[in-house]
Amino acid sequence: MTARRKSPSKPLKKTLPLLILAGPGLLYFLINSYFPMFGVFIAFKDVNYAKGIFGSDWIGFKNFTFLFQTSDAWIMTRNTLLYNLAFIALGTVVSIIIAILMSELLNKLYSKLFMTGLILPNLISMIVLSLLVFAFLNADSGFVNHSILRPLGLPEINWYSEAKYWPYLLVLIQIWKTAGYGSIVYFASIAGIDKSIYESAKIDGAGKLKQIRMITLPLLKPTIIVLVLMSMGRIFNSDFGLFYQVPMNSGALYSTTQTIDTYVYRALMQLNDIGMSAAAGLYQSLVGFALVLTVNAIVKKVNPENALF
Amino acid sequence: MIQTRGERAFTVFSAVVMILLTVFAFLPFLLIVIASFTEETALIRNGYSFFPEHTSLEAYRYIKSSAYIFIRAYGVSFLVTILGTAIGLLITSMLAYPMSRSDFKYHNTLAFVVFFTMLFSGGIVPSYIMWTQYFHIKNTLWALILPNLLANGFNVLLVRNYFKNNVPLEIIEAAQIDGASELRTFFRIMLPLSMPVMATVGMFMGLAYWNDWINALYFVSKPQLYGIQNLLMQLMSNIQFLNSGQAGSVLGADTVSLPSTAVRMAMAVLGIVPVLFVLPFMQKYLTRGVVIGAVKG
Repeated sequence: MTARRKSPSKPLKKTLPLLILAGPGLLYFLINSYFPMFGVFIAFKDVNYAKGIFGSDWIGFKNFTFLFQTSDAWIMTRNTLLYNLAFIALGTVVSIIIAILMSELLNKLYSKLFMTGLILPNLISMIVLSLLVFAFLNADSGFVNHSILRPLGLPEINWYSEAKYWPYLLVLIQIWKTAGYGSIVYFASIAGIDKSIYESAKIDGAGKLKQIRMITLPLLKPTIIVLVLMSMGRIFNSDFGLFYQVPMNSGALYSTTQTIDTYVYRALMQLNDIGMSAAAGLYQSLVGFALVLTVNAIVKKVNPENALF
Repeated sequence: MIQTRGERAFTVFSAVVMILLTVFAFLPFLLIVIASFTEETALIRNGYSFFPEHTSLEAYRYIKSSAYIFIRAYGVSFLVTILGTAIGLLITSMLAYPMSRSDFKYHNTLAFVVFFTMLFSGGIVPSYIMWTQYFHIKNTLWALILPNLLANGFNVLLVRNYFKNNVPLEIIEAAQIDGASELRTFFRIMLPLSMPVMATVGMFMGLAYWNDWINALYFVSKPQLYGIQNLLMQLMSNIQFLNSGQAGSVLGADTVSLPSTAVRMAMAVLGIVPVLFVLPFMQKYLTRGVVIGAVKG
């Protein structure tokens, strides 16, 4: 780590090559991220391609008043928040359990093997995941109906048209997909704990469970707090594929599978309602932005080291 | 390392639970692999099973008969992944380098410009309108490469931190005293010294491109431009899509003979294989990247 120095003012000859190097990347961010930011005014227009984006009529907050008069707005907000809370709570617990168990294995080769197996679900695409789920749930030949419910003499379930099961299914699927991957960070933190602390605890007669409760968990606490807060900052975002592709875009399931992201997509691409889609998108962006700022302020108080800015 | 009985019991317990968890993570994959080798009639009659009555290679034979559709989709996926990752790595590291130079006047300005993209986004609608109305990328290969995936703030900051913490400024200064230009310093000194982070970020990007299907969902309607993921998606909703491409297929061809379920599963297997293939080599870099990224993004 080199000590930070004051930037001495350099002649242009010095800075120009560096600016040129940064150029292509900057240009990409300008186009991909900043142009759309200036495009948020679309949410206040009645977009008409014939007149062009800039020529379309201004309609003020009409798109928003329309959006929030529908039940969609409430449903998608509720779903997005509740799913995220469930993912954060359960995901964190399962990831920590995996990390603790993994750190107990003394054999390095084994822990590598388990790690590879456990992160695999996170490396497949949502399309493949939706096929896996389809293999389990489809009505005609699905594993659950055919090989579990039928032998047990239970009535078979039409999974893709029953909204009430999906909250449990989606949480289970998400945990299956991400818990192993999420445990990597905790595993690394545990690996960094000084072993002599455990040794002295052992001499004092503390058993394994007590060691976990009194040493591992308290030392993990800062990491846990920061990671949970970070995910809180993203609580208004959802994984589009999980809520769109995994339930097979089934209309019967919207009440429990619609999130802000799927609504934005459906309004734009399937209903051709640019106004609604833009309004929902801006609502998501603004609330998300406020959340990140709030969360960062909290992290700064708790653990300034880990604050984003 | 002497273990007490309680400790040994706990170690055994963790090993058992870990094995169970790993099996739990693997089972669904196993199920579809087996299903792809199961005879269609058996699938319809008995459902998916880990122990099928009749195995068959029918699904794979079927895929072979429409091979060119699959080869084309694989080709698109590979091309997009390689192009996107190569260009993305280049512009990401070229942007991260000036940011890592604390003697560069604008290094903080650049950092803020990149960082802000992680906090706020204009949303999908303006972005969609921009790409389609102003850049006209609909149904081009660029549609699969440019939107959102080419570079992101997280990766740029990851590379910047690596440059900053692992390559002392003294080396850079020494090279420049010897008369190396900035370009030369970057390509000849910075990059070769930073291969681990390149591997990590390259892995992230490659996975993102390989698994991406959302860009095609928004910007591509021509089946010729479908990568493996979007072909899979197409086949899920419309397995007949395969027939349409078959040489010598007649209209109203015998659809009963189409092993549709098994073919879907075989396709999924084909989608996972490349990832499985790369994983053992890259796991080290992947986990390292996750740790660095999480602790200090």
